[in-house]
Amino acid sequence: MNVAVLIKQTPDTAELPKVTVAEAESGELQATMVINPWDEFAVEEAIDLSDRFGCETVAISLGRQGEVDALKHALAMGVDGAVHVDESVIDGGDEWATAEALAAAVKKAAGGEDVELVLAGKMSVDGNSGVIYAGVACKLGWDLLVNVTRIVDIVDGTLIAEQVFEGGQETVQVPLPVVISVAKEINEPRYPSFMGIRKASRAAIPTLGRDDLDVGPSHTTRWTDLNKPEPEDVQVRIFEGASVEEKAAQLADALMAERVI
Amino acid sequence: MTMTILVWIEQNDGQAVSNCWELLAKAKELGRELGAGVAALLIGNDVGAAAQQAVSYGADLVVAATASNLAHFRLQPYAAIAEQAVERTGAVAFLTNASIRGGVLAATIACRRNAGIAANATDLWVEDGRLVAGRTIYSGNIQARIHFESPLAVASVRPRSFPMPAPADATGEVENLYVDANEDDIRLKISDFRAADAGEVSLTDAHIIVSGGRGVAEDPQKGFELVGALASTMGAALGASRAAVDAGYIPYKHQVGQTGKTVRPDLYIACGISGAIQHLAGMGNSKIIVAINKDADAPIFQRAKYGIVDDLFKTVPALTAEFSKRLK
Ligand SMILES: Cc1cc2nc3c(=O)[nH]c(=O)nc-3n(C[C@H](O)[C@H](O)[C@H](O)COP(=O)(O)OP(=O)(O)OC[C@H]3O[C@@H](n4cnc5c(N)ncnc54)[C@H](O)[C@@H]3O)c2cc1C
Ligand SMILES: Nc1ncnc2c1ncn2[C@@H]1O[C@H](COP(=O)(O)O)[C@@H](O)[C@H]1O
Repeated sequence: MNVAVLIKQTPDTAELPKVTVAEAESGELQATMVINPWDEFAVEEAIDLSDRFGCETVAISLGRQGEVDALKHALAMGVDGAVHVDESVIDGGDEWATAEALAAAVKKAAGGEDVELVLAGKMSVDGNSGVIYAGVACKLGWDLLVNVTRIVDIVDGTLIAEQVFEGGQETVQVPLPVVISVAKEINEPRYPSFMGIRKASRAAIPTLGRDDLDVGPSHTTRWTDLNKPEPEDVQVRIFEGASVEEKAAQLADALMAERVI
Repeated sequence: MTMTILVWIEQNDGQAVSNCWELLAKAKELGRELGAGVAALLIGNDVGAAAQQAVSYGADLVVAATASNLAHFRLQPYAAIAEQAVERTGAVAFLTNASIRGGVLAATIACRRNAGIAANATDLWVEDGRLVAGRTIYSGNIQARIHFESPLAVASVRPRSFPMPAPADATGEVENLYVDANEDDIRLKISDFRAADAGEVSLTDAHIIVSGGRGVAEDPQKGFELVGALASTMGAALGASRAAVDAGYIPYKHQVGQTGKTVRPDLYIACGISGAIQHLAGMGNSKIIVAINKDADAPIFQRAKYGIVDDLFKTVPALTAEFSKRLK
């Protein structure tokens, strides 16, 4: 069984507020780019599965030309291989073009050996959609598990996992192949070791381009009026009282007047 | 009905998830502008009560798909039924609440129908006779409008994006959708199911959230007891910063922020939270933010409307006492 893990290279979360409209429109960001923090959990889980079940792991990332730092991070953490998918394959297309390209890459990755499990993060900190893995599952025609907090076991081609949703928690069994979006509770991502970083820096990362993947055009939405939400100019009112009781009473007065309580 | 807006009503054990009514009422308003009817889709085992509720919140038509093996959400049968309902009702829009399940159901339907999606939308309106969605990207730092180029528009909509309607006396039709949910064809099996603790106010639905941060460090257990007491006095949900979660003071499900939950309550009270960018990413859209922090220079005061600069171990119990007096 081989495992593919989908990772995106995204801006450092501390720099997200600095992203400008022009940058968001062109996709050319000044921000420091790192592996999407949610995807680190997926990478960790892939490595953990390879320790438990002896599977091969490959990280796949669709991004701009030369955008391979996130893949290097995954290699440094310990995945066996990495594949970069050049963004030009989707030709400015939407989520479904991205999903189709990633699904096609999954089929090609791992040296043609069948991938039976695809892991993804919960959402990207720039796209904030949580839709790409659903698109990948749909394009592959595989089952999808989301917000998975534990992969309990894989026995005779059936995967047993726990997933959580707002109304509760369930243990499910599903035959492979399957796409899984992991939750933060699933593990504690490791830091890359010094040896890992050295290995990753020397690794050759193949790129799949338009000649390698056949992706149809998909433009189902048009995004307009990108703008920065005006940070509301709230002037904080600090309650100065002689005692905490007095301050508490002043705050309660203000909140009653606002009609929020 | 020639044209409809189809709204999925999420249910647990036959009980509808209440934020779906916000969406249904909004759909009604949009339908009027578009000249479209509003249909509610209910999938489950026993959905009779929820179907009647859907009518009272504005559905012209309720499409009910029921079978004993549909009691719990499973994507494979639910998506097949939703797709069937989209066709059956001639839907121009398919809307879900942006819960974990609503999010994947919307994405799956959109991908299958090759339709445009607005995920985690916070607004919907009509422009030139077409639906438009508003949402943010880059974790709340860029806003955008999404126009749909496909015949079907799909959106998952964040809870509390629209006001909660009042139910009204109304009539609507309930139609049973014939479903072929043969268990042998459904690959995924649920072997164990545990419902979440009833009674606990969910963060994403909450009108008021009281959160604690690393500021409780000198006595974390006492600190969260105090913050929790204030929350229950106010009927609020209990939140936390990542620092508090990482330190093990409180479980992750309470975390608000970039890598926790995104919330937009009417009132957010941050106790001993500095106001890091990643925390603000999750709660910055709250209507009124109150900060309790002993450091007057903490960044949270730049976003807060009201503040108390003092020790939370003294301030929080004083607030609990004050509010329990007033909210009697
Ligand atoms: C990729 C990434 C994702 C992240 N995601 C999240 C996220 O989802 N949510 C999140 O919250 N953070 C997140 N963070 C972490 C974030 O950067 C901050 O580290 C965190 O929010 C700090 O938590 P805090 O405010 O509780 O602690 P601190 O920053 O340590 O602040 C504690 C505050 O308490 C005050 N204080 C101390 N003692 C008292 C007292 N007795 N009475 C009153 N006030 C007191 C202090 O003045 C201080 O302002 C993320 C970081 C990264 C890098
Ligand atoms: N360009 C991409 N390349 C690889 N994986 C991606 C890409 N975009 C999204 N993903 C995966 O899909 C998840 C959800 O992303 P999103 O739908 O953008 O919120 C991420 O956590 C990744 O695991």
